[in-house]
Amino acid sequence: MTGYTATVTVRLKAGVLDPEAETTKRALQRLDFDVEKVRRSDRFQVEFEADSPTDAEERATEMTERLLANPTIHDFDVEVDQQ
Amino acid sequence: MSVAVIRFGGSNCDRDTVTALEELDVDGNLVWYDDGLPEEVDGVVLPGGFSYGDYLRAGAMAAQEPIMEEVRAAADEGVPVLGICNGAQIGCEAGLTPGAFTVNESARFQCEHVYVRIETTETPWTAAYEMGEVLKLPIAHGEGRFEIDAETLADLEDEDRILCRYCEPDGSVSDRANPNGSRDNVAGVVGRRQNVAVLMPHPERATLPYTAGCDGARMLAGFGG
Repeated sequence: MTGYTATVTVRLKAGVLDPEAETTKRALQRLDFDVEKVRRSDRFQVEFEADSPTDAEERATEMTERLLANPTIHDFDVEVDQQ
Repeated sequence: MSVAVIRFGGSNCDRDTVTALEELDVDGNLVWYDDGLPEEVDGVVLPGGFSYGDYLRAGAMAAQEPIMEEVRAAADEGVPVLGICNGAQIGCEAGLTPGAFTVNESARFQCEHVYVRIETTETPWTAAYEMGEVLKLPIAHGEGRFEIDAETLADLEDEDRILCRYCEPDGSVSDRANPNGSRDNVAGVVGRRQNVAVLMPHPERATLPYTAGCDGARMLAGFGG
């Protein structure tokens, strides 16, 4: 078993309204920044032991599908690095 | 008739729900999530509140608790299961009901009275209403915007699984009457079977005679059969 760090990025699917990002955009504009679009995502770093990079990626993907993301509204990316 | 009202850490409408059920002569019992469901249970309420401080997403943590497996098993046996507000978020996160409740379009917490239209009378909680009847109910949520893909929403329509929609006082569905940007004004949905449903408005806060209206009473009275 080897230690891995999975970096999981969870973001809203295209077309799903993101009111917090919209509010943030307006706040940036109030600060006189010329901003057209803000997108927000959550990034998780999960450390765990796995047999191989493939095993690590599969497990991180399962963690994301079951808890970290909600498939109804989210897309996600998983990247795995050996520690 | 014993209805389990499941209290998670951070639930805060649990006692209101028991009080409302008692007003309707339905035996409501608080059940701490870690104690598991009682063996004999005739109904389950997932009450409102802020379970686990809404960490990650509202309802996401509570949905993973072992008691939810017991709730799922009870639901499969036909036990009526109703999720209200945070309980609705938990129900969707647990996959008992379709879709997701996420951040309001306003990005604000909203606490106000709304009107909802009954869209199906085929559930225990809506059987006592007329189809299309309009109820005045309170909402109190920051993450109440119902999201679902268009195809699944169309399936729900076809399968008579929309519980209620936000509407004008006259029952017409409009953007103006939609408090949180919910897809197609959906305020509540039904699970795979008619004995499971969730909604964001609070019927338990519109049941006692000294609250602002009693339009939610017949909904909770549905637990009495």
